[in-house]
Amino acid sequence: MFDTVANAASVRYRRRVWVNRLMLGLTIGSTAVALVPLVLILSYVVRQGVGALSVGFFTETFRPVTIGVAGGAGGVLHAIVGSALIVGAALLLATPLGVLAGIYLAEYRSGPAATVIRFCTDVLSAMPSIVVGVTAYVLIVQRTRQFSGLAGSIALAVLMVPVITRTTEEILQLVPQSMREAAAALGAPRWWTTLTVVLPAALGGIATGVLLAMARAAGETAPLLVTVLGNNQLTFDIFGPMQALPLLAYRYTEQPFAVLNEQAWGAALILVVLVLGTNILVRALTRRRAG
Amino acid sequence: MIATGQPVSRSHRLRRRLRHGDVPFRLLAATFAFVVVALLVAIVGVAWDGSAAAREAFGLRFLTRTAWNPVAGEFGALPAIYGTIVSSAIALLLAAPPGIMIGIFLSDLSPARLRGPLSLMVELLAAIPSVVYGMWGIFVFIPFFRGAIAEPVSRALGDTVPFLAGPVTVGRGLLVAGIILAIMILPTIAAVSRDVLSVVPTHQREALLALGATRWEVIRHALLPYARAGIVGGMMLGLGRALGETMAATMVIGNTPRIDPSLFQPATTAASLIASQLPTTNTELHSSALVYLALVLFLITLLANSIARLLVWRVAGAAGGRR
Amino acid sequence: MATTPPTAPAIRMPPTSEAHLVLEGLTLRYGARIAVAPTTLTIPRHRVTAIIGPSGAGKSTLLRALNRLHETVPGAGVDGRVLLDGEDIYGLGVDPILLRRRVGMVFQQPNPLLTRSIAENVSIGLELVGMPRRERAATVEWALRRAALWDEVRDRLDHPATSLSGGQQQRLCIARTLAVRPEVILMDEPASALDPIATSRIEDLIRELASEFTVVIVTHNMQQAARIADYTVFMTPNEDGAGEVVEAGPTEEIFTAPHNQRTEDYITGRFG
Repeated sequence: MFDTVANAASVRYRRRVWVNRLMLGLTIGSTAVALVPLVLILSYVVRQGVGALSVGFFTETFRPVTIGVAGGAGGVLHAIVGSALIVGAALLLATPLGVLAGIYLAEYRSGPAATVIRFCTDVLSAMPSIVVGVTAYVLIVQRTRQFSGLAGSIALAVLMVPVITRTTEEILQLVPQSMREAAAALGAPRWWTTLTVVLPAALGGIATGVLLAMARAAGETAPLLVTVLGNNQLTFDIFGPMQALPLLAYRYTEQPFAVLNEQAWGAALILVVLVLGTNILVRALTRRRAG
Repeated sequence: MIATGQPVSRSHRLRRRLRHGDVPFRLLAATFAFVVVALLVAIVGVAWDGSAAAREAFGLRFLTRTAWNPVAGEFGALPAIYGTIVSSAIALLLAAPPGIMIGIFLSDLSPARLRGPLSLMVELLAAIPSVVYGMWGIFVFIPFFRGAIAEPVSRALGDTVPFLAGPVTVGRGLLVAGIILAIMILPTIAAVSRDVLSVVPTHQREALLALGATRWEVIRHALLPYARAGIVGGMMLGLGRALGETMAATMVIGNTPRIDPSLFQPATTAASLIASQLPTTNTELHSSALVYLALVLFLITLLANSIARLLVWRVAGAAGGRR
Repeated sequence: MATTPPTAPAIRMPPTSEAHLVLEGLTLRYGARIAVAPTTLTIPRHRVTAIIGPSGAGKSTLLRALNRLHETVPGAGVDGRVLLDGEDIYGLGVDPILLRRRVGMVFQQPNPLLTRSIAENVSIGLELVGMPRRERAATVEWALRRAALWDEVRDRLDHPATSLSGGQQQRLCIARTLAVRPEVILMDEPASALDPIATSRIEDLIRELASEFTVVIVTHNMQQAARIADYTVFMTPNEDGAGEVVEAGPTEEIFTAPHNQRTEDYITGRFG
């Protein structure tokens, strides 16, 4: 046969083939093993979470639980409202900031200013969320002597800005240079080109970036823990303590009551569906555009 | 544009007027862009300011003191730093080998049809909120780990190996935290490895293929050396994520600010100490010490991430202009 | 063209008895697209055979099928047979890993391993099969001498391969191929990225290698084929876009008295 591999061929060759199979097997095995926790965690969240879902879960608020007394479970409406308000406010703060910074980086990309800004965006995006929470705590909670939903919004906004900036910059760079040149050739000034030609072409991409940032922020717990604190009442007052879904999931997990544990899983299920749903949706949308 | 004597056309006039918008627009965008810079400066400034009391009281000795006693006003960061670094190191140790292997599989071996879905699934692992990891750790993983691993191992080896000493009580501790963190940073390492491996030029692969190398030998001799810096960068990014991770660590590590050689015993991390104590501080020194700790944590993660970016950038840069 | 319709393929290669490689109805596909139409051809032992033709004629694809590198491209497909000393390289039980040590390849772009030194680049093929480091040195020197590179690098064998010029890198890649002592060397436009002086050195080297090795070289430079090849194969895309061999034979005949109208058009520069 084609056994030209020196004289020790057979032994050495067999060993090489064997090592090859082993290592390729290991890469497949690693990939499979990585999917195990994904499947385990998701299936557990779904199994536990679905049990908590009911009409009351979405329409009622916290109902005190006493040991030995069977009672209605209450619901997490207050946390849903809180999450929506906190994340919504964060979105309002972060979107214009992130998008305009992204435009600046994409359209005026060279120069020391852009480098400094890009560096700061990178540092911000790698910053532990608890550090951002601590800052909001010192700046707002300590000053006003009041935990508040708004302090949480500000912390989340800081976490969202680098994500939005980065996506905006990347998407704008994908807009063909020829489009800009065509507009410039017609005599359009640069800002006009950016606003009427480049931005509309990139709007879908920017929206997906904002969506991803929102999904990520909705699941953030640590910064809320030190700013929003938590609240068992339904409140629309963003200047006071509020409840939020991830916060509720954390607090109810630490409670010794099965009813509350179950609601924690319900809240976790909502978060997981929101976050994973957004990710998959964004992936599907971007693929369709690219294809 | 020398139109002397000619009546200037309306559209030309409009264009000229519009062009005046260039400067203000650029200024507007620049202003917002610099708000990003200001945010970072503000965060560091606020943390510096907020930690003033603790910095005055302890100075740099804060980093080496081991006592953390809010009642007595004693604050030292060493147990938190120890727990942060050990749990993150465990996570890195556990996640790096499979993470790199997954990167190899996704970039080079996976059938094209599977590549997209598998990449998506690995990335979803990174998207699950960390509080959910913590809950899963508490309800599922810790009970399993305590019964199946921690108790038997500490009974068998605990007397001889101090890292594995019992008694295993709650089951929360450094090792559990490290394992959960490993699951959380696995996607980061896998995704970065996949990205840097897939920019290795085809001609490097074919050089070895043409010499009669097996697929693994191509990976081992051509791809891995070429992408090494980038893979290490991915590991550092993962490390950065583990260092700063708060909720999962808070929920499974046991929140006990002391240094115990046994990995089965409860410990704490900087992030989890802050998260669990900051909302309920009574003294200014206590909150100030926690802010100081946040500052230290920020500097540690900044270091890890700077090294990471430098390394990833080196590989991506060397691959030559492909962005 | 209208007055003299292209005649059938004119193959005048040596008989199978003198062949090192025999292609029998070799057909190459990328997905559903046929890149090389069924090809039957002999490639003589210890001769230089050049494959010429316009770009898109499937020259490189055909070459890459001879060491089974073609199949590493996703979607690639192969039909027909390639006999190496009478044995089908696409036969069952043939491991391309072993085949590629008998059939080496030099690429268009010099592709030394960027992370390895000059000596390591030459010896990598030996390292793979587990030859001890000490024994590799002799082969490294032999291969570098054979590739006419030894005198230029003998004092800096441990320098990175990237410190060499383009022409030197290509000779390094030839040395790397020689070091595993193949029987056949495939070359895919090995001089197209080089300057005229480096090209001429490579061409001299190829002529010299023919005493010991069977060389198959793809080139789109007709003068180069005329200078170095004993036999020349002319390929061109057919109406369906698949490459096909139009004419093959002794180089002198192909260039001075082509039998096929399309060959003549190409040689004389009337088409392509």
